[in-house]
Amino acid sequence: MSFRADIEALRPYLLRYASLQLRNREAAEDAVQEALLAALAAESSFAGRSNLRTWLTGILKHKIVDAIRRSSRERPLEGAEGEASADDLEALFDETGHWRDTPQAWPEKALEDKQFLQALEKCLAMLPARTGQAFLMREHLGFDTGDICKELGITATHCWVLLYRARMALRECLEKGWLGR
Amino acid sequence: MMMSCKEASRLLSQGMDERLPLWQRVRLRLHLAICDACTNFSRHLKVLRRAVARLYD
Repeated sequence: MSFRADIEALRPYLLRYASLQLRNREAAEDAVQEALLAALAAESSFAGRSNLRTWLTGILKHKIVDAIRRSSRERPLEGAEGEASADDLEALFDETGHWRDTPQAWPEKALEDKQFLQALEKCLAMLPARTGQAFLMREHLGFDTGDICKELGITATHCWVLLYRARMALRECLEKGWLGR
Repeated sequence: MMMSCKEASRLLSQGMDERLPLWQRVRLRLHLAICDACTNFSRHLKVLRRAVARLYD
């Protein structure tokens, strides 16, 4: 199979990856297209160096970051996501600050559990767009909070609140979707 | 002063993103020593981190 065909075969996979992070079909398609073009132009630098999918995902990550940067300039945070306080999470605790639903231990080996990973992907897709983006920038793309603030044009406190909300929402969603609690 | 679960959960999350000041870490550790719920929560955050880092690997 030619290099072009090998790359083309990975398009659906890359599109899923970009969609999760960009939350916009068109933007995801554009990012993937840019990544594939860049990959074709750089064929000689690939030269079997590593796994093709890993290499392409690496290129795509840069395109995703560019797209996030552009869109955050065009569309500032809206609604609850624009709130830099965590007041919306008050409801998870009682008046004395105790958990209303006490977090229970998760089964061992969640990481090897396919159902856990599937539920996680669904839960990530359900997060509000910017909250999900901030979380994936932090936990998947490995940005530090300073860079996330800069890219999303928000304060450090706001950034921590987005990440805090994302984590709270994800564990709640996983408890329902994965453990059926 | 005793830390509440609400505050502990917020600091546990923030602690995933940057190094907390020493006194916050000490207060957090004291809270975790007596709170199973927040200890579980703290483990959940670590599982999430490892899982999301591996997503699409």
